[in-house]
Amino acid sequence: MSVSDSSSPSLAAAPPLGSAASIAASVRAGDRSAREVIEVHLARIEQAEPTVHAFNLVLADEARAAADAIDRRVAAGEDPGLLAGVPIALKDNLCTRGIPTTCSSRILEGWRPPYDATVVGLLDQAGAIAVGKTNLDEFAMGSSTENSAFGPTRNPHDPARVPGGSSGGSAAAVAAGFVPISLGSDTGGSIRQPAALCGVVGLKPTYGLVSRYGLIAFASSLDQIGPFSTTVADAALLLDVIAGHDPLDSTSIPEPVPSYTEALGAGVSGLRIGLVTELMGEGIAPDVAARVREAAAALEAAGASVGEASIPAATYGLSAYYLIAPAEASSNLARYDGVRYGLRVDAPTTGEMMTATRTAGFGAEVKRRIMLGTYALSAGYYDAYYGKALKVRTLIIRDFAAAYEQFDLLLSPTSPTTAFRFGDKTADPLSMYLNDVCTIPTNLSGDAAISVPFGSGDDAMPVGVQLLAPALGEVVMLRAAAVLEAAAPPSASAAPAEEVAR
Amino acid sequence: MTALIVTSPSTGAEWEVVIGLEVHAELATVTKMFSGAPNQFGGEPNTNIDPVTLGLPGSLPVVNRAAVELGIRVGLALHCDVRRSTFARKNYFYPDMPKDYQISQFDEPLNVEGWLELPDGTRIGIERAHLEEDTGKSSHQGGDGRIHGAESSLVDYNRAGVPLIEIVGKPDLRSADDARAYVSELRAILVAIGASDGKMEEGSMRVDANVSVRPVGDTELGLRCEIKNVNSLRSLVRAIEFEARRQVDVLEAGERVRQETRHWDEEAGRTRAGRSKEGAEDYRYFLEPDLVVIDPSAEWIAEIAAALPVLPADRRARLASAAGVEPADVAIHVDRGLDDLALGAIDAGADAGRVLTHVEHNLAVDGADALDVAHFTELVRLEIDGKLTATQAKTVLAEMVETGQPPEVIAKARGFEAMDAADLESIVDGVIAAHPDDWAEFVAADDKGKVKKLSGFFTGQIMAASKGQADGRAVNMLLNQRRAGT
Repeated sequence: MSVSDSSSPSLAAAPPLGSAASIAASVRAGDRSAREVIEVHLARIEQAEPTVHAFNLVLADEARAAADAIDRRVAAGEDPGLLAGVPIALKDNLCTRGIPTTCSSRILEGWRPPYDATVVGLLDQAGAIAVGKTNLDEFAMGSSTENSAFGPTRNPHDPARVPGGSSGGSAAAVAAGFVPISLGSDTGGSIRQPAALCGVVGLKPTYGLVSRYGLIAFASSLDQIGPFSTTVADAALLLDVIAGHDPLDSTSIPEPVPSYTEALGAGVSGLRIGLVTELMGEGIAPDVAARVREAAAALEAAGASVGEASIPAATYGLSAYYLIAPAEASSNLARYDGVRYGLRVDAPTTGEMMTATRTAGFGAEVKRRIMLGTYALSAGYYDAYYGKALKVRTLIIRDFAAAYEQFDLLLSPTSPTTAFRFGDKTADPLSMYLNDVCTIPTNLSGDAAISVPFGSGDDAMPVGVQLLAPALGEVVMLRAAAVLEAAAPPSASAAPAEEVAR
Repeated sequence: MTALIVTSPSTGAEWEVVIGLEVHAELATVTKMFSGAPNQFGGEPNTNIDPVTLGLPGSLPVVNRAAVELGIRVGLALHCDVRRSTFARKNYFYPDMPKDYQISQFDEPLNVEGWLELPDGTRIGIERAHLEEDTGKSSHQGGDGRIHGAESSLVDYNRAGVPLIEIVGKPDLRSADDARAYVSELRAILVAIGASDGKMEEGSMRVDANVSVRPVGDTELGLRCEIKNVNSLRSLVRAIEFEARRQVDVLEAGERVRQETRHWDEEAGRTRAGRSKEGAEDYRYFLEPDLVVIDPSAEWIAEIAAALPVLPADRRARLASAAGVEPADVAIHVDRGLDDLALGAIDAGADAGRVLTHVEHNLAVDGADALDVAHFTELVRLEIDGKLTATQAKTVLAEMVETGQPPEVIAKARGFEAMDAADLESIVDGVIAAHPDDWAEFVAADDKGKVKKLSGFFTGQIMAASKGQADGRAVNMLLNQRRAGT
């Protein structure tokens, strides 16, 4: 798919029927039918999806049927749950029973999972309605959604620009008003960076807070599922539904989870917040850095104390990440060999069939990372590369632990720049990798972080600021995020809600 | 411990064979190593599977606690140090391995540094015993049945993900017979503790043998070959003996043994080199990020240890000490699971020699383990007291196993009553009188063969006359007295 370089009008829109919380409240109260909710959102999708291309698959019929089932339950006096009738978009690396799940890769061609991811089951139990599977960089490897085998997703704020990635489709679906909430996955910033570039809220939970069962693995020790939303309250609500221990995921934290929604209004009075100096200097665009300083000031004005925090090892995070993640990926993606499911390119011998299948089925970036990872784990190189990266990871964990002794939360940019134009970084993988410099350290430490929209850059594109919290610090993090949300200047290119809510 | 020394026919040089065994045993759990799919042998292809077994995208492994418990049992039974352990991924592409990596324990195994005692008392070191998952099974259609040259291949994933324990022995074995004894003993232990059914023929226990040879007296290990595809104890012995001789031939021809994997060809009775590997395979091991550390608490280990049954070596020692013999002499009694019966009878005062003899020769039958100890004790007592002949005792014992009745009841029903000494004497004298020529020849004979023949003749006549009720030993004694003229 070729993408025009010319600037087009913004397709960004507030969700047509408001937040997930308000939709659920009206459906649960019987004030609005789930079917109506779905029809309004499907209409919005029909309107702008041809340009945005947020979805690999829109589940219109399935969504209507699910909505009717919700309406029958409401009519019968039942409560369908916290997300009753709320349309949601799912990143296409989350397994959905009987529904194609592609990871935006040719290699999974024709595969329909025989089971639902744990989060998909939880959403279903809460009454949410999946309206589609969203586009991503193939196997979640990328920062622009340009690596999708099915063509890129456009940024609704400016269709000539990327939505970020890898969860670009999920971010764009929310920013375009297709759905009020969506799910993405974050391995090195794949929720937060597209959230920032698309002007929506994106939360990466603590590693182990949300089950990974049914999330098709990129890098198992880093992957985490999390919400996109237009409001901090919706992110908390969605987290309420998907967080919690899952016996099917050994790395899932076996602890009860608090209500994230309940604590939201508590403010930041008395909280100590540290601005991460290593993530405010070189490489960070001045307009982005300015918004972050304004966010710090807003937190201070709301009663928090703000100081400078240091994560010295953070600058090595990128290098460590691009060894650890590809190493795990090289192993995780070995199973796509043409033997059992997905694409098979026939050849005279099994070995040749595997090679032909993988050659045809994987895109360039996936191949690059498989090779990087295979190399990093190879005899003679393991200690110098993978082993060294693990040591850096340990240092980053230590640095964060030390910082969190002085601060309750940390603050930084989410992405060094606002959304860039298609093709700007595809020729130079390293410049693309640099997009993740602010987000990667949190994946390496396993902690929580959230990106909150905070005004615009000089190009009128959205800027996101990142709040970072220690493991299981989501409650405090969401309190501060709500304060930033309230204090944020409006995003320059977002259409007023009334225009599309008619 | 016996050593297999290969003597060169040409030079007369003596070579010693050194063997280390790697045994894979399937653990007898209800479900698989990392999922709830059933762990069952056989079944229609691809029926005992689930998303985890097939390594479907998005599926995740969860360690089966029962497999860890059985793994710890094995470790404790092999006197290992049971420790904190982790899983790693062993990466290589193979169609019967669903994820194209095997989850196995690598640098931090569950059990390390133990030993196994052979029936003759030799201790064989155990390097480690770790947990891993089994692979599926490929069958190749067309060609010679191997993957190369096959027209197509079918894969059955029923076995994929079955929990395995790999027990790596140290190169402490010195003969094929000892290797067999080691595997037998290991199997007996695994069965005794309920860890595995140990069925080599179903592949639930598989043995790879690392074999090398060196000049007698050398302490350095020679270059070794790993022999695979050994499916029975008999094959193991044949394969090791073949391989040792092959290596001696190679070395004596002035060549070097190539470190390689060799396959045992049962029909041809020889090992064959596998596909030669260009350099060592690089499995790119790294810590399995989908699993967490297994750190069994001291309490749990103690609980498992307390519940372990008495192991074969201890059972042999126990019975041997009660019977006043060597442990190796009672190996068969323990193998048959009849050591408790023997021990019970000896403790109750039965003659140990007769008890061991009966168990070894007369109780190799189904149902013997259900024999009542008191009845068995009584039988041996009747025999020692001369109330039953050895032949009668054997008959009664067989019927005891079948019916569960006490020996007196069976003996009476069969009319087995001890013959009065005077009655026996009159029968003996009657037979002598009836065969005067034979008797004269017997008394005069000094040729050993002739004595034996005539003794047998008279014993037979006497037995017939007594309708089998005469005690063979008493008859023999009487005949000798009469022959000596006393």
